[in-house]
Formats: sequence, structure tokens, C-alpha cells
Amino acid sequence: MKDQRLETRVDTQTIKIEARKAQVYYGTNHAIKDVDVDIMDKTVTAFIGPSGCGKSTFLRCLNRMNDTIPSCRVEGSITLEGESIYDPRVDPVQLRARIGMVFQKPNPFPKSIYDNVAYGPKIHGLTRNKAELDAIVESCLRKAALWNEVQDRLNAPGTGLSGGQQQRLCIARAIATSPEVLLMDEPCSALDPIATAQVEELIDELRSQFSVVIVTHSMQQAARVSQRTAFFHLGNLVEFGETGQIFTNPKDPRTESYISGRIG
Amino acid sequence: MSLGLLSIILLVLAVAGYVLGRRKAVSQVEGDIRKLHSLPPFYGRITALLTAVPAFFLIAAWLLAQPLFLENKAISLINPAELPAGKSAQLVMADVRRVAAGLNMLAARGEDVTPLLASPSALKTALNGAGVVLETEPTPSTLAATAALRDAGKTSRLAMTIAALVLAVAGLAFGLSRINPEYRARNATEQFAMWLLIGSSLVAVLTTVGIVASLLFESIHFFQLYPISDFLFSATWTPKFGGGSSLGILPLLWGTLYVSAIALVVAVPIGLMSAIYLAEYASKATRAWVKPAIEILAGIPTIVYGLFALVTVGPLLRDYFAQPLGLGNSSSSVMTAGLVMGIMVIPFVSSLSDDIINAVPQSLRDGSLGLGATPSETIKQVVVPAALPGIVGAVLLAASRAIGETMIVVMGAGAAAQLSLNPFEAMTTVTVKIVSQLTGDTEFASPETLVAFALGLTLFCLTLALNIVALVIVRKYREQYE
Amino acid sequence: MTASAPLNPRAHHDTRASLLVQDPRTKARNATEKRFRAYGLSAIVLALLALVWLLISIFGNGLPAFKQSFITMPVTLDAALLDKGGKRDPADLAKATTIAYGKLLASALQAEIAAKGIDIGAIKPKDLAKMISEESPATLRNRVLADPALIGTTVQVTVLASGRIDGYYKGRVTMESAALDKNTSPEQLALADKLKTAGVLSMQVNPGFLTMPDASDKRPEAAGLGVAIMGSIYMMLVVLVLALPIGVAASVYLEEFAPKNKITDLIEVNIANLAAVPSIVYGILGLSIFINFAGLPQSAPIVGGLVLTLMTLPRIIIPTRAALKAVPPSIRDAALGVGASRLQTITHHVLPLAMPGILTGTIIGLAQALGETAPLLLIGMVAFVRDFPGAPPEGLFDPASALPVQIYNWTQRGDPGFVERASGAIIVLLVFLIAMNAVAIYFRRKFERRW
Repeated sequence: MKDQRLETRVDTQTIKIEARKAQVYYGTNHAIKDVDVDIMDKTVTAFIGPSGCGKSTFLRCLNRMNDTIPSCRVEGSITLEGESIYDPRVDPVQLRARIGMVFQKPNPFPKSIYDNVAYGPKIHGLTRNKAELDAIVESCLRKAALWNEVQDRLNAPGTGLSGGQQQRLCIARAIATSPEVLLMDEPCSALDPIATAQVEELIDELRSQFSVVIVTHSMQQAARVSQRTAFFHLGNLVEFGETGQIFTNPKDPRTESYISGRIG
Repeated sequence: MSLGLLSIILLVLAVAGYVLGRRKAVSQVEGDIRKLHSLPPFYGRITALLTAVPAFFLIAAWLLAQPLFLENKAISLINPAELPAGKSAQLVMADVRRVAAGLNMLAARGEDVTPLLASPSALKTALNGAGVVLETEPTPSTLAATAALRDAGKTSRLAMTIAALVLAVAGLAFGLSRINPEYRARNATEQFAMWLLIGSSLVAVLTTVGIVASLLFESIHFFQLYPISDFLFSATWTPKFGGGSSLGILPLLWGTLYVSAIALVVAVPIGLMSAIYLAEYASKATRAWVKPAIEILAGIPTIVYGLFALVTVGPLLRDYFAQPLGLGNSSSSVMTAGLVMGIMVIPFVSSLSDDIINAVPQSLRDGSLGLGATPSETIKQVVVPAALPGIVGAVLLAASRAIGETMIVVMGAGAAAQLSLNPFEAMTTVTVKIVSQLTGDTEFASPETLVAFALGLTLFCLTLALNIVALVIVRKYREQYE
Repeated sequence: MTASAPLNPRAHHDTRASLLVQDPRTKARNATEKRFRAYGLSAIVLALLALVWLLISIFGNGLPAFKQSFITMPVTLDAALLDKGGKRDPADLAKATTIAYGKLLASALQAEIAAKGIDIGAIKPKDLAKMISEESPATLRNRVLADPALIGTTVQVTVLASGRIDGYYKGRVTMESAALDKNTSPEQLALADKLKTAGVLSMQVNPGFLTMPDASDKRPEAAGLGVAIMGSIYMMLVVLVLALPIGVAASVYLEEFAPKNKITDLIEVNIANLAAVPSIVYGILGLSIFINFAGLPQSAPIVGGLVLTLMTLPRIIIPTRAALKAVPPSIRDAALGVGASRLQTITHHVLPLAMPGILTGTIIGLAQALGETAPLLLIGMVAFVRDFPGAPPEGLFDPASALPVQIYNWTQRGDPGFVERASGAIIVLLVFLIAMNAVAIYFRRKFERRW
């Protein structure tokens, strides 16, 4: 089954996010240099690279989460469906409704499971009544493969779930605003292997509706879940292409060293 | 011998003990200190400790306990037949003490006081000249008691001096006698020090015991004179000098809670919003000077707030609010005290809330912002609910502060015990009445004075309950995110 | 923007609006955001305004207390009046009462007015004498008793003017209020103006405010903080001598030695609660234990000091324990590893490293104790005390006042001149507190260490 996934071809050519000559500075530190990336729709794109290579930084630029860091500055062009997301007219609030995010550590709000999922639809005003909200909560929990486990305790606090369940709850919460792109920042690094397998399976399923970008430390994970892979090194995008090609036939020697375990 | 001189002598003895102990240890091994169990200074130290510490403890205990014994002796000399109407022997003892103190003062100036004791009128004039004003000439039995008190005082002082010196010398001798090369001087010193450390940490426990004992003891005394049900449920507070007072706590509790409620209505929104702004929005530079500036409010003594209420806020509220609105003419009012107290407790709410909001993990904020929530939505729906237990704890601590606050209400709220809803009327609180009942001239054993202890007990229980609940909540909260 | 050609990249989400246009809901949400920020900012502004208002009120009312109206004039110390025996015998000299000195001053003022050619108007000589403070004869008498050689000479004296005259120059007394006041009259004030022009009466810095003892109800102009400052210093000495060693010893025991069991847990909870017990309860404790039970004298700094010590202890223990906790275990391990005993480890290494934190906590605890009022009221420190206490340790048992209690005492007096005194005393108190906190901040900055 794993092999089969590795073989999966990229099945859509629609570009969702396009980055051209993207630069990120932290104060005087040039953290990301000249990155050109196309994020395709209905595709899982993996960002891999050694620690501190800038892959998480770049991911956080895609929905302007870096705005919360005062010294951070982004240059170059990053567009969502052709519109620059760093245009001064863009409201990050609206942008983030369309580009959702799942974080490294599961961070359910200290609220009930139901309220965690309903949070996004409520703040964005996506529903007209309780019935619609109930429907969204249920469908998102189903999509996140959590419904069967929590349907009889929707009012229990989200923080009481196990780590893997919490992370799936966070995924359900992120897709409840029906984003177009889902950014995942090492979503499995705090999980045990079984929970990791569940989340990976989920990511594969999410691909049918969303464009997914995942930052990961684990090359095996990138190989298992992604169709396209970008390799970052010291703030540069070294190589970007089909996952199969990156792992079997890397063009750049640095990629090859990383994949064979000599740097990282 | 004066205390100062005695202390110096004891210190000299201690130093001697150090030198002798050390020298003895060294001489016993003929200078080869490797043969000693411990380093030479330890032999000196343990001798010095044994010399000085028991003697100083003796002096402290003696000074604390001495008046108790002396007065028992003197009070028995007071002739009950000579007691003025309405005065107890206890009250006469106050005169005895003053006369004795006055005589000591005269004696200290080198005057001969023996003839004065024989003539009450000469004594009165002499004491008046010394600044001790007596209402009436002392009766013969008062004089006898005074003389007995002074004599006993002198004897006692002499006995204390001798006992302290004997104890010190005995300690010195005992310390020296134990010194030999095998003596574990370091362990002994440390054992001694350990007992001092343990004793020190017991002071806190003893304080609590003292507080509870003194409150309970006198409260029980009070409830023997005045029914507890009247105290707890009566709605009138009218203490009278001649007895027959009505001492219901309800009007005082009402005033206390009303003032505290106004204080919290002022302090909680301001304190909480400041904390939120500082924790979530303010730049580092702003935070660095605004936070200490607000905390200055907590460092200002309450007497300053009291004067502020009395001189500035009270008249202002009276002239611009109470009088134009026809709500009253008093510059001291619940509103005055509540408002000023509110200013005082702002930092109690804001500092603790700020710490607590900062303890909310950044990942929760990221999670909410990542879903497209605005910062204020994140604060209102994620950060504050997550911090709520801690914030509740902070508010409870502030409430306990407000309830126990004394000077602001003494100077700002007034003294009229009443159950009224009008915030511009003068009302009074539990703490105000504790002060007024204990600083008045009523006899100590009367219910009018003793009621202060029952009020104190009520106050202590109320604030203790609030503090414990608040501490438990805050502690639980901290554990949640650690 | 929402064209829906099949190959258009935006086809899938053609119902979505452009990113570049804010939808109405987002606009409303952003408005809420702005409002919320404004609430936060205004809360801070309100808190700071309250602080500024408080300080302006105190300083505005209190600064005049440091200046005082004085009358400067030559006084002939008539030997016939002051030393009837003529032998300069101290016992004889002491027989001349303040009344005699009062007459001397009154006639000196009359003479000075005549010498300057000032028209006194309709003022009676008796009222003229009232322009001089009732305290001034005593001041002059003490000066003469200290230096009997002055008798028979003419000396230039500077004496306090009466409180009402002083109040007139500080805006407290007006011509209208003087007309209704039996202690002064508009004529007096008019004369005072003339004296001021002639240079007899002048506003000067008043060091007596810091050095003189309290004065009775009718003499606010003579009231000073001398005894109160002494009393406060004595109490702080007691607190420092007792609370610092006991507090540090208790912290060391609890932090370094105490086994973790129910009893130490109880002690810890107990200390946390003691820090939050209302201060007035400590006053009750002091009254019943130290005064009623142990029979220590009322109004004595030793009792105040003991009460404040008990109050300050938890406030010293808490920061001291934090400072001890901040010293990394590696330092203890290093010392223990070379064979030092635990007590040596602590006295040689841990305590010196924790000392800045301990001192900072102690100074802040002392500063709080210095401003504490309520417990002192209950142990009789509010009494009227004019005599300076003697030298410690005996002086600790003499009656004295304390700064905050003196302030309270003055606010309870009838004469409005005392409000100015009380506010002035608060400035003195705040100066002490600022100085102490500045030292604490200095320690923290200078020795702060990050492990």
C-alpha cells in the first residue's frame, strides 16, 4: 500500500499558491532566500530539510502567521490564486480563513470538543443556525476520522483526548472553515507511531478536497504522504519536484546527501 | 545594669568563648590541627554559641514574661474599697504603671523620689512637671502598689542580669569542658544551627497560633457577655458606654461588602483590561515602563490613599455628584472609599492577571490566529477562558485585600453603621469598628471593647477563606500549564 | 475576478471573494478589534491617570509644609523678667515660665512695628501677640536656658508666625474666612502684609518640620515629624534585626533542609496565608499578646517593631526562598562534592549568591512595613508624644510615634493647618520609600544573574 502511494501521480495541475523570489528576514538575519515554489491543488506537498533550514518559517509565511513576530519581514511575491497575500489591502484574517494551519504540538482550546470544531465557523459567521453548525462539526469530525471516537462525548473538554486524537481534533478544527489550503507544521512530531499512522492516513484522505502542505522531519513520512517534495537547506530551496523523483533520483548533490543521511 | 551594657557583656563573653574554645582545642593537640576532628574555628564557634544564645533567649523571655508576674503581685495590693465607682482594678493598674514609669523617669534624672512616695500631692505635682498628668491624687493603696511594682521591677531586673550572666558563664564553661580532639565540633555547631533554623521557621507557625488564640480567646470572652446570635443577626450597631449596647455585625458587614464591591467594580475592568493590553498588544518598551508604573500603586502606603480620599476624592464627589444629585452631604461615603480602594487594588488584579495571561501557551494563540481569528477574538474566546481560573484567583485575592483594608475606610467611609443602598452616604466597615472600639476609652473587659475581637475573628475567617480558595485555584492553574 | 472558465485556477472557489476586498463581516470584526484595543489602552491610561492624580494631590497639598512663615526681630532678654535672683542659677532661670517669654516676644514685636513705622490699625496689643505662634515662647525659653549668657542682651530671633498668618500666605485663610474666625482677623492679615513688605515676616524653608516633635491642636505651625521619624527608624531597626535573620533562617530551613512532608507543607501554606492576612489583624495580635498578655508598654517602638516583624516575615521569606531556589543545584553539588557539609555549602556558596535577591526582598518588605498604619493604631502608637525616645536599646521601650501614624493623627485634628502637615509628612514618607525601593532596584540591577 505504501508503495502504491509513492507511485501516485500528481492528479491536478491547478496552481493554488505561487511563490516567486520569496525572501524572509528576521531583523538582519536573511532566513529564506529566493524561494520559488508552486503549491498545487489537491496535492500533498512536503517540505523537508535539516533543522533550522527555514522550512517552517516559509510555511508560516504562506498564511502570514509570521505577522505575529514584529521583527519578521517578507519580500518577493507570494500569491494565492493570483492575488498577492502580502498586498497591504489583504486582511490576514480573511487569508487565514482560506489557508488553514495545523501546528507541531496538538493545541486544542480548553473548550469542549464541539466548541473546538465550531470555533472557526462561528468567528467567520459561516452558518446561519445551530443545525448547520452541528452538520459542519459532524462532517469535519468524520473527515478527521474522529467522529466514531467522540460522537457520544462532544461536550467533553478537547484537552482530555489522547495526543493523536487531539491532533486529529485540531485538523478537524482547521478544516471546519473549509479552507483551500491546509498547512501542517510537523503535525506528527509529538505523536507516537500509531497515532502518526492514523494522521498520515488522514492526510492522504484530505488530499481529495484540499491542497495540503506538510513540513516534516521524517523523510519516510514525506515519501509516504506527499506527491511533491521541496528540499530546503540553509534557507535556500535546493530542489523541488515529484516526490518519487526526489527520493529516487535527486538532481542536486545536497539533496542526495540529505536523503542518504549525510547531512541533517 | 542597662540592657545595652548587659548585651555588650554577653557579646564579650561570646567572643571570649570563641577565643578560649579555639585555643583549648589547638593546645590539646599541641598545634597539630590535623589531629582535631574539626577545624579550630568550629571549637570556638560552638563555645561562643553556647555562651551567648541561651543567655539572650533568657533575656527575651524574661522581658516578655516579667510584667505579667510583677503586676499580679502589685494588683493584689490595691484595696478594692478604694476603687472609684465604675473602675476596675485593671484600670487602676494603668495608673500604677504610669506613676511607676514617671517615678523611674524622675529617678533617672537624678532626683530623690523617696519623699514623693510619702506625699500623694507632692507626687502629683512632681509628676505633672515631668509630663505625667494624673487626674486625681493617687490613693495610698495605689502608692503601695506603685512602690511594690517599682521594687519588684528593680529586683526582677537585677535577677535577670544575674541569671543571664550566670547562664552565659555556665554555657562557656560547659562548652570548654566538652572540648577534646575527638569532639565533633563541626557537627555540634551545625546541629545547634539547625535547631536555630527550625526555630525560625516555627515563628511563622507561632504567629498563626498567636493570631488564632488571641482572637478566639477574647471572642469567647465576648460571647459570654453578649449573645452570639445577636452579634451575627442583629441589624443594629449602637455601642453605648453605660452598657445595653446593640452590637450587630450586619450593618458593618454590609458596609464592608458594599465598599469592596465598588472597589472591585473599579479595579477588575481596569486591571484586567490593562493586563490584557500589556500581555497581548503592548510593545516590549511600553510594557517595560507601564507595568512598573502601575505597580507603584501597590507600593504606596494605604495611609496615603486614606488622605487622598479624605482631602481630594471625598469633597470632589460630594460637591459634584452627591449634592447636585440630592444624594447626601457627606464627603466620607461608600463611594469615596470604594473608588479610592479600587485604585489601590488595580495592580493586585493587573499584575497577577498579567502573569497568568502570559502563562497561557503561545500555541493556543497560534491555533486561534491560524484559523483566522482576530487578536481580540483570540483573547476573548481562547486566552481569557484558558486563564479564567487564575484570573478568578487574582480577583479573589484583590477582594480579600479590599475587605481587610483599614486606613482607606477609616478615613474615607465614615463611622455611621447603617444598612443603606445610597453609595453617597457614610457607612462603616468591620475594620473601622475594630479600630474605633480598640482605640476608644472604654474599659477593656466591656463587651464594647471585646466586640472588636469578634469582629477581628470574622474578618480573619472571611479573608482566610478567600485567600485559601484563591491560592488553591491559582496553584491548580499553574500546574495545568507547567 | 470570479470568471469561471474550466481552466481558471480560481474555478473551484468561484464563490469566494477576492482577498483584496474586505467583506462586510471582516470589516465589522476589525472594528471590534479596534474597539477592544482602545478599551485596553484606556484602562492603562485610567490607571496611570489615577496615579498621577494621587501624586499631584499629595504634592500639591504637602509641599507648602516645608516652608513656613517666620517673624524675625530683635528681642531684648530683660534680666529683671527672666532671672529674678540675678545669679544665673539654672533652678531660678527655670522659674521664668513661657508666659514671661510670651510677653517679651509680644513687646518686642510691638517695638519692631513701631521702629519700622508701620501703622498697626485697629489691632489690640493682645491680638498683636497672637500673630506669633504659641510655640515660640517655649522655643525662646529653651534657647535661653541652654545659654544663660544671653540674658540681658538683645538677640535677633526668628520665631514662627501663628498658623493663621501662615495659612493666609498658603491660601488656606482668606480675608472672608478670617472675619468669621475667632483666632484671627482681617486686620491681623492686613498687618501681616505690611510686616511682610517691611521684611519682618517672611516665608522660609522650615527644617523644624523634620526635627521638631508634634505640637498640640492649636499650633499646627509648630508640629514636626521629629519623634515620628525617630519612632519609625527604631521600629525599622527592630524589624531589620529580627526579621532578616529569622526570615533568612526560616527560608534556608524550608528550602534546603526541610523534609517534604505534611508538616512542612502546612508551614508553607501557613506562610502564604500569613502574607495575605489583613494588617489590622496583626494589630489585634500585638495588642493582646505583647501589651495585654506580656505587659509591654503601649506606644513603644519595640511593640510596633515586633508586630511589624511578624507581618514582614512572610514577605521576606517568600522572596528569599525564590532567591535560594534560583541558585542552580550544580553549585550545591560542586561544594558537596569536595566534602563540604550542607551547612557549609549554604553559608559559603548558596547564601552569597542569593544575597542580592534576599536584600531586595528585605528592603521591599521593610518599605511595606514603614508605610503600615493600621496595626500601629491598635497598639497605642497614635498617642500624642512630644518627648524624643532615648537611645536604644532602652529607648525602644519609650513612647514614640511613627510616620504613618503621625499622618493619621494629624488628619484627625480640627485645625485645617494639619491637612497640609499630613500631606507634607506623606511626602517625607514617600521619599523614604522611594529611596528604599531605589536601593532595592539598584541591588537587583547590579547583581542580577541569569543562570
